[in-house]
Amino acid sequence: MASLKDATAIVGIGQTAFAKRLDDPEKTLACRAVLAALDDAGIDPSEVDAFASYTMEETDEVEIAKAIGAGDVTFFSKVGYGGGGSCATVVHLAAAIATGQATVGVAWRSRKRGSGKRPWTDVQVQLPTPAQWTRPFGLLRPADEIGMLTRRYMHEYGVTRDHLFNVALACRNRANQNPAAMMYERPLTREMYMTARWISEPLCLYDNCLETDGALACVVVSADRARDCRHPPVYVHSVAQALPAQHHGMVNYWTDDPLTGPAWTAARQLWKTADFTPEDIDVAQIYDAFTSLIPLSLEGYGFCGRGEGGAFTTGGALEIGGRLPLNTSGGGLSEAYVHGFNLINEGVRQLRGTSTAQVPNAATCLVTAGEGVPTSALLLRS
Amino acid sequence: MSPIMKATTDNGLLLPVHDQDGAPFWEFAARGELRVQACAACGRLRFPPRPCCPHCRSFASDWRSMSGRGRIWSYVVPHPPLLPGYAAQAPYNAVVVELVEDPRIRLVGNVVTAPDAPLNSLDPARLRIGAAVRVCFHTMAEDTTVPRWMLERP
Ligand SMILES: [Zn+2]
Repeated sequence: MASLKDATAIVGIGQTAFAKRLDDPEKTLACRAVLAALDDAGIDPSEVDAFASYTMEETDEVEIAKAIGAGDVTFFSKVGYGGGGSCATVVHLAAAIATGQATVGVAWRSRKRGSGKRPWTDVQVQLPTPAQWTRPFGLLRPADEIGMLTRRYMHEYGVTRDHLFNVALACRNRANQNPAAMMYERPLTREMYMTARWISEPLCLYDNCLETDGALACVVVSADRARDCRHPPVYVHSVAQALPAQHHGMVNYWTDDPLTGPAWTAARQLWKTADFTPEDIDVAQIYDAFTSLIPLSLEGYGFCGRGEGGAFTTGGALEIGGRLPLNTSGGGLSEAYVHGFNLINEGVRQLRGTSTAQVPNAATCLVTAGEGVPTSALLLRS
Repeated sequence: MSPIMKATTDNGLLLPVHDQDGAPFWEFAARGELRVQACAACGRLRFPPRPCCPHCRSFASDWRSMSGRGRIWSYVVPHPPLLPGYAAQAPYNAVVVELVEDPRIRLVGNVVTAPDAPLNSLDPARLRIGAAVRVCFHTMAEDTTVPRWMLERP
């Protein structure tokens, strides 16, 4: 059977500034990020023939292609489920390029969630299901929906607020090393965390990701082509999309076991096609819209056993030098929340050796997309 | 969903926007009945409702009456920023209740001190995972009744 293993590589990454408010429109930000990524790769925009994005992206590939001066485009796709689709963009481009449907693929995300509207404030465009079962009862926001799973998780397995603080702190510490991060000059203390205002108990302000204006992009080509690009290739080693049996989206309260989310499905596929195991992962970029998604994902992706995700975070495990350095640019909690695309670009920087919080000799990186929703994940290697 | 269906109550609470699969649930609720879709072939309950049974793939279903008893599976206490109608009552509770008939059938709702009491009528310190609750019904607006929950031991 044909395999995607190491058949393609990420050869360019680009991004705009991250801020609560940027003046440029979303489309302009998208074009800036895409052109920056192509420049980073050393590939002329006229060579781009594939695009991949994910839903809640307002700029479509037609707009990008004509603005940046792409050539004939022979592959384009858009993956559903918001933040669950971040890594899937690279999955789709890798598959298209490996099967000869295209040669130069661009994935991007542009968003103005810092200055723009919060999606949950829309009362007119309610999804008919499952919103009819949740929103009338004031379970309105992603923080409420994940807070519900978090409370149950804490109850069943003894996960504590200190465990969640360990996650928030690791991300903040990395952001404090990254001049591009929104929280670069804003250290976090345990006292700040423990006295912070609630958003949805048991989740406080620091358990929630940032609200950001910004855009990012990356460029995928074949492994052959990658060797001629400006930077060392970062190979797409193993990929997965994941919609578990009987899954119900972010309000996953109706499966037999709601605490085993899409990460578990993604992990089974990811490790099945990989040459290495969780113990071989040097650094991880795990989707962190909420702190509790990290211990849940650590279990799902096999870094620890069921119910052990909270305990895993102790003893500096997620810090540089720890068992699994996490979200080394600051992640969604402390660098920028751009639906997880910054995690992909940081994974590439780690394997190039150019992160602002570099893990020495990092050669393997796990990158994941939104947990709780139908998701996707990548194993990258240098 | 009818295009003229109202999205909110007069005080800004969201009304359930029914889809075809869910419509019977809300019709029974309007009559003060808690019913859950059940497969007419294999008998398994399923929620949320859907066109066919994921176990035996039968398209035949009926709506089975529930006792209205359950236990709190989890809960949150939302604080602002929230939609104005909810912010006015925050902090309040939102719960997931597992039904005694089948703990895998779980309904999102609110625990209140009386059927028509405000969302914040119960002291959140009274909430516990595992606490026994019993259904009651609250009319949110004309034609719209929602199940709510009261502690068995108030
Ligand atoms: Zn059946």
